[in-house]
This record gives sequence, structure tokens and C-alpha cells, in this order.
Amino acid sequence: MRFLMTYTAKVQDHTPEKSAAIDKLVAENIKAGILLDTGAILGLGSGGRGTLDRGNFVLSNGPYSASEEAFVGYAIVQVRDRAEAAEHARRFMMIAGDGECEIRQLMGPSDGMP
Amino acid sequence: MTDTNAAITAVRAVFRVEHAKLVARLARMVRDVGVAEELAQDALVAALETWPRDGIPDKPAAWLMTTAKRRALNALSRGRMLERKHEELGHMTTTHEDPADLDDDVGDDLLRLMFVSCHPVLAPEARVALTLRLLGGLTTEEIARAFLVAEPTIAQRIVRAKRALADAKVPFEVPPAAERAARLASVCAVIYLVFNEGYSASAGDDPMRPALIEDALRLGRVLAGLVPDEPEVHGLCALMELHASRAGARLDANGESVLLLEQNRARWDYVLIRRGLDALARAEQLGGPGPYVLQAEISACHARAIVAADTDWARIAELYGSLAVLQPSPVIELNRAMAIAMAEGPAAGLELIEQVASKLPRYPWLAAARADLLVKLGRTDEARGEFTRAAELTTNAHDRAKLLRRAGEL
Repeated sequence: MRFLMTYTAKVQDHTPEKSAAIDKLVAENIKAGILLDTGAILGLGSGGRGTLDRGNFVLSNGPYSASEEAFVGYAIVQVRDRAEAAEHARRFMMIAGDGECEIRQLMGPSDGMP
Repeated sequence: MTDTNAAITAVRAVFRVEHAKLVARLARMVRDVGVAEELAQDALVAALETWPRDGIPDKPAAWLMTTAKRRALNALSRGRMLERKHEELGHMTTTHEDPADLDDDVGDDLLRLMFVSCHPVLAPEARVALTLRLLGGLTTEEIARAFLVAEPTIAQRIVRAKRALADAKVPFEVPPAAERAARLASVCAVIYLVFNEGYSASAGDDPMRPALIEDALRLGRVLAGLVPDEPEVHGLCALMELHASRAGARLDANGESVLLLEQNRARWDYVLIRRGLDALARAEQLGGPGPYVLQAEISACHARAIVAADTDWARIAELYGSLAVLQPSPVIELNRAMAIAMAEGPAAGLELIEQVASKLPRYPWLAAARADLLVKLGRTDEARGEFTRAAELTTNAHDRAKLLRRAGEL
């Protein structure tokens, strides 16, 4: 199973120690064969929200709330089940700090993909 | 789910993530994978008792390792273990390194564990079961469901495998240089077997079966990280990633298989394709192509073609030619003939098929291939006969119906 995990920090406090610890975790997870992709997502102001209404496409220009503008980290992992995905989220957050992680399964060939 | 159940699920998830490393490190200390796994299980029991109450420790791997070691020493002092184990646990007490450093370079131990689990004293099915148990962290129940076998059968297979390793006094080590190539080939073969078992799952099978594809992918990636200079290991990874990339397109709405050239390529998994092509590039940098690399290169020719018509058939024919030199086989010759037919036309392909026909007298896909080419050459009556013959030769009901349908359409 593949999961997309997105993380938003409660407080943005990057330190070199934290970055090094995250890099180490990323390297371990790549070696373990579970991490397919990871990176950071910029706030909504970097792009915007596109809306289609009765065929009319509009791209929003903001302003956006602080939470919409927050940096979000993401990871795509390939693990056996939801509990294992959650364990990897926990490990990451123990390093990255308090915040919130959304864990969603990506649809695969055996999950009733049309 | 109750809080207790949730806590137990979380503990088990931690344990599975750490399982291979824990067993590998313990096995290095006690020199016996069976004893190592029992100690790991003891640590799991202890974790299930305390973590749901006290929370998951900061360094769960170190906690499990320390606990496993303490349990072993307790058991030893109470004289509860068999004589054989006394000796093994003796090794442990004389090991001076800090067992808590599980996160630091456990790679050598993992590699040893892979070699031992795939040791030639074990039958192939025992190698597969032991590898999934020790390195994949699967339970016997999960392995049994994945292989459509009764759980006691798998449990017994694993017990016997551990005993066979102990009886043969198989050392917990990476094999010496003279044996290394053959032993590495055995590890690759076990991983590829797991992959193919998952890949052959049909719609409606237990989801544990297709999950084997991902287990094999992970094992392959771990192995590639441990022996980064082995082109065939990267070749195996490339082959598996590329094949797995088509899993979403290979069955239609009725669960029937869809031929490669007729698959909806928008449904291919481009994350896996990219990984497969990267692994293949690493393999090619490292040296002369072996069978896995060649098969991966063939698979890559398809992966690179955005539409089926863009496929580089001349290159595929050439690669089958190289593969046939390494692994002479009439089926590979047949595949080469079909690639030549695509590259140079049906007449050239048919000529090659006739050369190999006598070696595959009862192979339905030779008759079907010949029929395909006869259709293209406008020799309809002969084609109908070949499709019918192919239908008679196959034992698969789905395939027979499909072949008879094609005969009827002519």
C-alpha cells in the first residue's frame, strides 16, 4: 500500500540539528525501501486555488490564512498497512516537532481502481 | 477500535518496522537465526505488556534490543534454555559492543541474514518462507494467506528451515568470495520468486497475495543498498519496478489479462517506471549485462514507449538475442521471433518461429504466435487452424475461450 503523508508544523523552528536528523531518517527510509518520494510544499500563495464553476475557471489571488500559507512537508511511502504508515509519521514528527500529519492511502491496483 | 487495540496495533507496527534489523543484530550475537527470532519475539511480548501503558519509548529499536538481550540472560541464568542455546547465548555475554546501537550500521548483519535465509541447504520454498518471516517481518499467518497454503504448513516449514540451518552449522556470515556470486544469485532468485507469486495473483484473491509484489520490491531495494556494486541486483530491482508499474493496467474490468500492447498506458505507474529506469541506469554503469539486466532492458523498451507503436522492436529483438546466449531457451527464441516480426515484418518472424517450433511442440503460445503472424500474412485458413490448436493445448479455461474466440472471428 502506498500512503501520502503531509505534515504541518505547529511552530516553524528549523535548526541545523533538526535538518540533519531528518536527513538521517530520510536516508534510513530510502535504504529500507519504503520511501518513494519526499519534499516540502510551499504555502498556498505560491500557487493559488483553482476553481471551476459551470465551466468558468478562476485562480484565487489570496489573501490566505496563516495555516494555508504554512510550509507543508510531504512523503509518499510504500508500506504494508495503515499502522506502519502511522509509525513512520510518528517517527518523523518526533524529530520535526509538534504539528499535524495527514495520512491518506493512494489508490492502487488492488484497491478497486476503475 | 478501542484504545487498547489501537495501542497493540501501533506496537506491532513498530515491531514490524524493526524486525529485520533486530533479528539480524541478535543473530550476529547468538549465531543462530532461530534463537535470534525467539529472542525478538520475547521482546515483542515485553513491548506489548509495557508500551500500551507507558507509551512508545523514544528509541524503540534500542529498547527492543536491550530487552531481548536481558531476556536471554535471565533465561540463561535460570537454566531454562536447552544446552545448545546455552552455548549460543554464551557468545552474547562475551560480546562487548553496545547492543542498543541498533540504528547504527546494521547493514552488514542484514546482508548476512539475507544470505543465511536463502542458503542452499534449504529448499527454495523454505528460503522464501524464511526470508519473508525474518526480513519481511510477515507473520506465518500472512505468509500462509499469501501463498494459499495452510498456516501450520508454513509454521512447520519455518521451524524446519531454522533447524536445518542449525544442524548444518551454517555460519552467520557473508559467503567467501568463491561462493559469493552463486549465493547472491540465490538471494535474487528468492526475491524474484516472491515478486512473481504476487504478480500472478488474480482478481478476487486474498489481498495478501498482490502485497507480495511490494514486499519483493522492498527486499530488492534493501539488497541493492547493501551491495550497491552488483549490477544484477540493480537489474533485478529494475525488472521488478518496471513490471510492477503495469499492475494497474494488466487486468480489464472483468479481471481478464490485457496484453502489454493493448494496455492503457495512462494507467501505468510512472513513479515505479522512473525508479526502474534509474535502477537500470545504475546496473548499466556497473558492467556487463546479466539475465536480470537484459530482461529489465527489454521491459524498459516498453516503458519508454509512450504509445505502443513507438516500441523499439529492433532493440528488443537484439536484447532477446543476448539473453538467449546467456540462457539458451526456446521460449526466449520465440519471443525474439515475435520481436523480429514487429521490427521486420511477419514473414521474417514466421521463418524464425519455424526454426524453433520443433523444440516447443506442445507450447500453446507458439501456435498462437504463429496464428497471429499468419493472420497478418492473409493466410486465414492456416491461422484459424493454429488458434484452434493453441486452444487445444492450453490448460487455462480463460485462455482457451479467448483463443477459440479469435479462431471464430476469422
